[in-house]
Amino acid sequence: MTATATRPRKRSLKNIGRAPQDTRGSWHTYLGLAAFLALSAFPLYWMFVIATSDDEAVSQIPPSVVPGDQLMENLHEVFTMQQVYFAASLINSFIVSAAVTASTLFFCSMAGFAFAKLRFPGRDKLMIVVILTLTIPNQLGIVALYILMGKFGWNGTLVSVIVPFLVSAFGVFYMRQFIMQAVPDELVESARMDGALTMRVYWSIVLPAIRPALAVLGLLTFVATWNEFQWPLIQLNGTPFPTSMVALSDLASGNYVIYRRVLAGAFVATVPLLVLLLLGGRQIVRGIMEGAVKS
Amino acid sequence: MTHSAPPTPATEPAHHRKPKSGYKSRNWLHRFDNKRVPYLMISPFFLLFALFGLFPIVFNGIVAMRNWRLDDPALDGWAGFANFERLLHDEDFWNALVNTFGIFVLSTVPQLLIALMVANLLNRRLRANSFWRVGVLLPYVTPVVASTLVFAIIFARDNGMANWLLSLVGFGQDAPLDWRAYKWSSWIAIATMVNWKWIGYNALLYLSAMQSIPKDVYEAAAVDGAGPWRQLWRITVPMIQPVLIFTVVLSTIGGLQLFNEPMLFEENPAAASGGSDHQWQTIAQLIYKVGWKDLNLGYAAAMSWALFLIILIVAALNAVATNRLGGGRR
Repeated sequence: MTATATRPRKRSLKNIGRAPQDTRGSWHTYLGLAAFLALSAFPLYWMFVIATSDDEAVSQIPPSVVPGDQLMENLHEVFTMQQVYFAASLINSFIVSAAVTASTLFFCSMAGFAFAKLRFPGRDKLMIVVILTLTIPNQLGIVALYILMGKFGWNGTLVSVIVPFLVSAFGVFYMRQFIMQAVPDELVESARMDGALTMRVYWSIVLPAIRPALAVLGLLTFVATWNEFQWPLIQLNGTPFPTSMVALSDLASGNYVIYRRVLAGAFVATVPLLVLLLLGGRQIVRGIMEGAVKS
Repeated sequence: MTHSAPPTPATEPAHHRKPKSGYKSRNWLHRFDNKRVPYLMISPFFLLFALFGLFPIVFNGIVAMRNWRLDDPALDGWAGFANFERLLHDEDFWNALVNTFGIFVLSTVPQLLIALMVANLLNRRLRANSFWRVGVLLPYVTPVVASTLVFAIIFARDNGMANWLLSLVGFGQDAPLDWRAYKWSSWIAIATMVNWKWIGYNALLYLSAMQSIPKDVYEAAAVDGAGPWRQLWRITVPMIQPVLIFTVVLSTIGGLQLFNEPMLFEENPAAASGGSDHQWQTIAQLIYKVGWKDLNLGYAAAMSWALFLIILIVAALNAVATNRLGGGRR
C-alpha cells in the first residue's frame, strides 16, 4: 500500500517540465477518456437496442440496455413498407454520395495541382478567392438555388442534390496544401522535360503520389454527403425515392410513430458510416487534425 | 507527419518522341499546354461555384425584393423592401432569432470548453492512441437524423431516459418534466444533441494545435512552478488561440444555421413548427417553413439574407472577442 502511495509522486516529479504530449497518460486520463467515449457511443448503442427490441423497450423504466432479438422483424418491417421505398432510398444515398465524392476528388485534386505546381498569371489572387469562398455558408442562397434547379427542371430529382456539391473550396485548399508538400517540383519538371503534357503529369504522377490525401478527402466528403439533410429534404420530400435521411424523417413523421422500426432504419443508414470509420478512422482523424472545414 | 514517398520519375522512353515533321504542331500544343491548361484545370471549380454557390446568393437578393409564391405564380411583381419590412414586425422571426441565439449559446460554450478538456486528455502519451482519437469521432460520423431521433426518445416526457435519470437524483418524481413544453428545457435538449455531435471533432482540432506547441515552453513554465492546470490555461490555451478563434467562428456559423436537430426533435417533423408554440423554432427552420410549407419564397429569401447579415456580424464580434480574451496577455 505504501509503495503504491509513493510511486505516483515519483512519477509526477519525473514529469515536471515535460510537455503534456510527452507525459504518459495517468489513470485519470484513461478514466476521463473512457467516460467521454461511453457518452459518445451511448446514443448509437441505444439506437441498436431499440432497433432490436419490441415496442415496450422504448418506454421501459428503468430503461433496458440489453439488445432484444427482434432485429430481423423490425428490419423486415422497414424494408417492406411501401414496397421498396427504404431500400431504394439507401441506394439513392449511395449514388449521391459516390457521385459527389468522385467528382470532388477529381476536380479538387486537379485544381489543387494547378494551384500548387503550375505557374500562371493571377494564380495567387485566384487562390485567395478560393480561400474566401470557404467562409460562405452555401445554405444562404437556398431559396434561389431551389428556383434555379426548377428552371433546369431538376427539382425532385437526384441530380439536384448532387450538382451543388460537385466541388468544394475546402477540397481545393486541402489538395493544394498536400500537393505542395508531397510532390517535389523536380518530379513535375522532369516529367515535362520528357514531353509529358500537364494532364498527363497530373494523371500518372500526381494522382498516385497523393493517394493518402484522396483517401482523407474522399472519406470526409462521403460522410458529409451521406448525412446531408436539409437540401435533400427540400428537393426530395414527397418523392417516391428520396435519400435515406429524408426517408428516415418521413418514417418518423405522422401521428403514430413506431420507434423500433424507425431506429432499425436509422441503424441501417448509420452502419455504412461506422464501417468507414472502422476502416478509415485514422485517415479521418488526420484529415480533421490537418484542419478540415467541412460545413 | 511524413507523407508517402513520391514514385520514381516517369522517364518517357526516347522512341515515344515524335519525328521532326510534327515539330510545329507539337510546339503549338506545348504552348497551349503551358498557357491555357492551368486555367482549364481550375475552371471546373470556379464555374460550378459561380453557378451553384455565388449566383444563388446574389439571386437570393433579387428574390427577396420580389413577390415570389409557389402557390400563386401570377403574383410575381417587384416588392421592393416589403419583405424586409414585414420581417421587422414578424413576431415569429424575432422569436426564432431569440431561440437560435439561446440554443447557440447553450451549445457553443460547453461544446468548446469540454472539447478543450478532451483534447487535453488526448494530448498525452497514450496506449492505443488511435483508438481514442477514432473513438471520439463516433458522433461526428453518425447522421444527425439518426442520432436526433434517438435523443427525441431520450427526452420524452413519459418514460424518457432523461427524466428517469432526473428522478434517480430526486427531480420530478411526481410530475415528469415535459422537455418540449418550455423554451429553456427544449433548448437544453437540443443543445445537448449539438454538443454531443461536435465535441469530439473540435477536440481533434485543438489536439492538432496542442501538439505543435514547442516543448521548451513547458520546461520554462515548470521552472516557474506551474502545475498542469496552470499550464493548460496559461500556456496551452493562449498558444492554440488561432484554432480557438477558428472553432468559435465555425460553430457560430453552424449554430446560427441550426436546422436538423430542431426539425427532428418535433414529434411530427413534417410540421416544422418548432414546438406547439414555436418554443424552439430556429431561423433556418422558419426559413424552411415560410418557403416550402407556406410557399412564400420571396419572404424566405429575405429571411435568409437577414440570417446572412446576422451571421457576419456575430462571427466578426466573436473573432474580435476571442482575440481580445486570448491575445491581451501576449
